Amino acid sequence: MIQEETKKATYTIPVGPIHPALKEPIRLALTVDGEEIVDVDVFVGQVHRGIEWLGMNRNNPIQSIYLAERICGICNICHPFSFVMAVEQATGITPPPRAEYIRTITAEMERIHSHLLWAGVAAHEIGFDTIFYLAWRVREEIMDLIEYVTGNRVTKAMFQIGGVRRDITEEQFPRIRQSLDYYKSIFAQLKKVFLDDITIRMRTRNVGILKREDALKLLTVGPSGRASGVPKDVRQDQPYAGYADLDIKAITPDIVTGTVVGDVYDRIIVRLLEVKQSIEIIEQCLEKMPPGPILAQPKTAVLLKTLTKAEGEGVGRAEAPRGEVVHYVRMEAGQSTLATWKVRAPTYVNLMAVPTILKGMQIADVPITFASLDPCMSCTNRVVITDRAAGRKSVMDYEELHRLSVEKTKEMQR
Amino acid sequence: MNVATIIAGSIMLVLLGGFFSMLYRGIDRKLVAHMQGRVGPPLVQPFRDVQKLLIKENIIPDGAVSWLFNAAPFICLITSALLLLYIPMFGQKALLGGFGDALLVVYLLILPSLAFAAGGFASSSPYATVGAQREMVLLMSLEFPLAVSVVSLGWRIGHAATANPFMFSTIAEYPIWSLVGPLGVIGSLILMFALLVATSGKSAKVPFDMAEAETEIAGGILVEYSGRNLCLFYLADIIKAFAVSALVVALFIPYNLSSLVGIGAPVPAGIVDGLFFLVKVFAVMFISISVIRTAMARFKISQASWVYIIALTIISLIGLILIAVDLMV
Repeated sequence: MIQEETKKATYTIPVGPIHPALKEPIRLALTVDGEEIVDVDVFVGQVHRGIEWLGMNRNNPIQSIYLAERICGICNICHPFSFVMAVEQATGITPPPRAEYIRTITAEMERIHSHLLWAGVAAHEIGFDTIFYLAWRVREEIMDLIEYVTGNRVTKAMFQIGGVRRDITEEQFPRIRQSLDYYKSIFAQLKKVFLDDITIRMRTRNVGILKREDALKLLTVGPSGRASGVPKDVRQDQPYAGYADLDIKAITPDIVTGTVVGDVYDRIIVRLLEVKQSIEIIEQCLEKMPPGPILAQPKTAVLLKTLTKAEGEGVGRAEAPRGEVVHYVRMEAGQSTLATWKVRAPTYVNLMAVPTILKGMQIADVPITFASLDPCMSCTNRVVITDRAAGRKSVMDYEELHRLSVEKTKEMQR
Repeated sequence: MNVATIIAGSIMLVLLGGFFSMLYRGIDRKLVAHMQGRVGPPLVQPFRDVQKLLIKENIIPDGAVSWLFNAAPFICLITSALLLLYIPMFGQKALLGGFGDALLVVYLLILPSLAFAAGGFASSSPYATVGAQREMVLLMSLEFPLAVSVVSLGWRIGHAATANPFMFSTIAEYPIWSLVGPLGVIGSLILMFALLVATSGKSAKVPFDMAEAETEIAGGILVEYSGRNLCLFYLADIIKAFAVSALVVALFIPYNLSSLVGIGAPVPAGIVDGLFFLVKVFAVMFISISVIRTAMARFKISQASWVYIIALTIISLIGLILIAVDLMV
């Protein structure tokens, strides 16, 4: 939209839904003046699949775990993690301690994988393909480890309500330690390649700055928020599973540089250091692993019966590689499906920061700035409403969404 | 030089130059792949790319200025191939060296970029428009250090030679290294460095490929091009890279091996000179294109412009000053 006050005509560049800079569909409508971005409009909803509807209308809670795993290909631990914690809170099932530790270990392996993948993608966005290939080659090792432990390179299928589906036995520990040692040995080199390179610094320093006040106002979570100096981490603030026995500190960029700028470079720092932190967490978990069963209720049929009869609501929060993910679940006695299921993925919140960090930047900065938030659109997209009954498809604007949301709260409170 | 010789020579030169350009592009991709820890495509991949593009559908977008959209690739290829005729190739004299000198080549270098940008503007895509704008900015920024380099060289040679110092035959007769003392050698090295960075920019490879940045503007100028038109742009890009490397060789390394080794007979001397030329061009291409594009990320247009207009201009002016001081001493 061109306003009457501007003398120079701006034009709109669409980034998305299909664009080489984006790994998943989203539409950013950039209003540009030459190369400088004047305004950004974010359109989500391009990957809407009706997952929550399926969980509430077709699947039983155990089937919904598999759905939750597939909300996002790379977040296939954190989504079922918080979902399963929500159901366990609603139904009163407690997983055994060994299962908690196994959950923690697989969650940290997912974090290492996700951050390394992100590092390669970020390098590719700035045209530095050499480092892209390097980072992804390094990523092969964690994928081999994940395959060794869970049977698949990316999608891990570890979760069950009341525990985990597979055990990590003592015989597997040496192989796990071998991978961790590999990463410890190349971490210094990774750090040098990413943080000491001149062209990377040229492209990422003072680009896409999110100031601390803005991060607090926009509720930015995860590494994007920590890079702006907001030291919030669910593993530190509300420890769950195995994290309760460990001492986790939220990582902020002043550990390396001494100051917090909140730009893309700081986000690279935070994610790289989190890889190191994950390695240490896995090691501590391996040392402290308690013996015992891995499932509170090994018989699935009995579990399903318990779930059908259960009544209550629960909230599960986990620290995904992208930030805090929350699942809300409400169950009613006698109903085989979930009564209510609401997913709030971290990217949904982090996307609010996109207009702030893109304003004033050049078009050339859009891919790396957007990617520095590590957006996972698949996690985000279950909140656009399509009126299937009336056959209408509409994208709702903010006022409408707000009105609907308030109505729904009132409905749920009745 | 009669018309028949010119026509026959041009055809032969363009065919030969085109063949070796594509071979060198294949070698560049292979070497870059190995430097990145990959296997890379086979050496003949550019030939396959050209063959594939020729059989693909040539789509012209509805909103495009179709005469310009179709003409731009042709003009780009023709002007790139024109460079092959004015720059000494394969150890021989430039085919049209009597009709144009290094200054003309500097002007001719502008034309393929102009055609490229025109094609982008004619594409009716916002991505292509942004790419074309970047191409224009890069073109304008590049001219400065390029011109300083060439003119400094010509000026210095002009003090030693009576013929036109910018003609390639004069430059080959009076190589800069034998004219200057130690200060001048440093100055000439600086000028050569500036020209090598300009080669990377002229060939539009990382870090200077922002006009067709894949991750930023979805292919930039080339986003709407396909089929035969894309093939012509692709060929033009390959030939231009080869020609600019040959220009660097002609200005700074114009030596011929046959005279040094003592081969007198024309045919063996021609073959030896030709092979030596290929080695020299390979060295220039490897340093200015392959290594640089493996080791760096892409610049923003503002940064690239700064590199050329400010940093490289200052550097090449320092080179010129050193050569001037060397002359006085």
